[in-house]
Amino acid sequence: MRTGLLLLLLATPAAAAPPGASSCSGCHGAPGGAVPSLSGHTAEDIASSLAAFRTGARPATVMNRIAKGFSEDESRAIAAWLAGGGQ
Amino acid sequence: MTGIGRRAVLAGLAAATLPRPALAQGARGRVVVVGGGFGGATAARVLHRAGLAVTLVEPAETYLACPFSNEVIAGLRPLSAQAFGYEGVRASGVTLARTSAEAVDGATRQVRLADGTTLDYDRLILSPGIALRFDALSGYDAAAAGVMPHAWKAGAQTELLARQLAAMPEGGTVVLSVPGNPYRCPPGPYERASLIAWFLKTRKPRAKLIVLDAKDTFSKQKLFESAWKALYPGTLEYVPLASGGQVTAVDPGEMSVATDFETYKADVACIIPPQRAAPIAAQAGVADRSGWCPVDPVTFESRLMPRIHVVGDAAIAGAMPKSAFAANAQAKVCAEAVIDLLAERTPSAPKLINTCYSLVAPGYGISVAGVYHPDKGVLADIEGAGGTSPVDAPDSVRRQEAAYAEDWYRTITAAVFG
Repeated sequence: MRTGLLLLLLATPAAAAPPGASSCSGCHGAPGGAVPSLSGHTAEDIASSLAAFRTGARPATVMNRIAKGFSEDESRAIAAWLAGGGQ
Repeated sequence: MTGIGRRAVLAGLAAATLPRPALAQGARGRVVVVGGGFGGATAARVLHRAGLAVTLVEPAETYLACPFSNEVIAGLRPLSAQAFGYEGVRASGVTLARTSAEAVDGATRQVRLADGTTLDYDRLILSPGIALRFDALSGYDAAAAGVMPHAWKAGAQTELLARQLAAMPEGGTVVLSVPGNPYRCPPGPYERASLIAWFLKTRKPRAKLIVLDAKDTFSKQKLFESAWKALYPGTLEYVPLASGGQVTAVDPGEMSVATDFETYKADVACIIPPQRAAPIAAQAGVADRSGWCPVDPVTFESRLMPRIHVVGDAAIAGAMPKSAFAANAQAKVCAEAVIDLLAERTPSAPKLINTCYSLVAPGYGISVAGVYHPDKGVLADIEGAGGTSPVDAPDSVRRQEAAYAEDWYRTITAAVFG
């Protein structure tokens, strides 16, 4: 089942970036800088961070302002794309 | 683990272990990109990565970036920190034409280059940047800029202004003239005012800066004005339009800057003139009477000429400002739309983000952010999102935003030129 899903994924072209996703790499780059890198995070991590930024539960400088521009579904799509290696 | 989590993990595994599948599946055609700045170099790399044949036309050997160039003016960093070669772009596989685009023929879909060759295109992306209007302000032409620098394109002009400030007499007067909208980098003149004031306060404490503005409201205004009040009282004097701030004429021989109400004598004068899209835009027929380029908010295709797309400072991008971040974000969206169009797919509506940092002093950063979507034919702000740093934030937040600004610059220049 797992292998079947993997093969199915490989057979289809990588999806185009969902709305907003391609902008993230304007700030988020390689690990080690002041701005956290997004590489190595699961989609769930990224989506829950975006949700916490959106509600203000997680303190931020700009991400609180940016996350408010995306719905829960949009945030999840962005998170899945980033976790899948999109940039 | 949720369904999304599992799919993402599997997709991550695929991305890590196997070559990235081409996004361009089904897309065929030649794409030419004119202008190797934050917009053009980004678009070329995205298109190449997707497997399309793309040529980037850029005459300069080295790109000189404007973001952070106000720090060069204040003696806080060397101009070399703004310089980026095209080795990384070339090594990524993009074909570079090291010459300038002389003319675009939208009917035959050809770009004529200064070296005499022509390039055929199926889709053309123009990211040509700005031209300074030397016909807009009485007395201010290219020769005057050699005496009263604009420093609004990074390079020799940036160094000239830095040298003039360093050589200025103690107790001298600097005059900074700011144009009306629209122009490249809306908060840029106010960051420049801040860093010049910091330079004067620390190096020539008896000197003054007079900022003459052709408008009454500007980007991050409350943040700038409260910082000026706290940091630079007695050094920085701001004169808005309503108090007679609009500059109507300059005289480089007399080193004078005139408004309708007063003539200011300057030891150093920085004149940021009105601007328009770089000349190739008008030549290609994609600039309107404003001098800028109206575009479709989904594809960035010109409203005036089919198959020509415009991104970056030259474009009329609705609520998006003319910034390096915006040019980079627009280029990625535009390149994906071009891939779709060449594959005869309909591009879906994008969202775009912008974040602009400004320094009001070393270690004191402020920001404005926005999220944008196509609405009624233009890129509009998404309500409830975006905005500026809080006015009452503690010093730790200002320090953090200054660090983020530095890191943003490292990241974006590495992505575009690295």
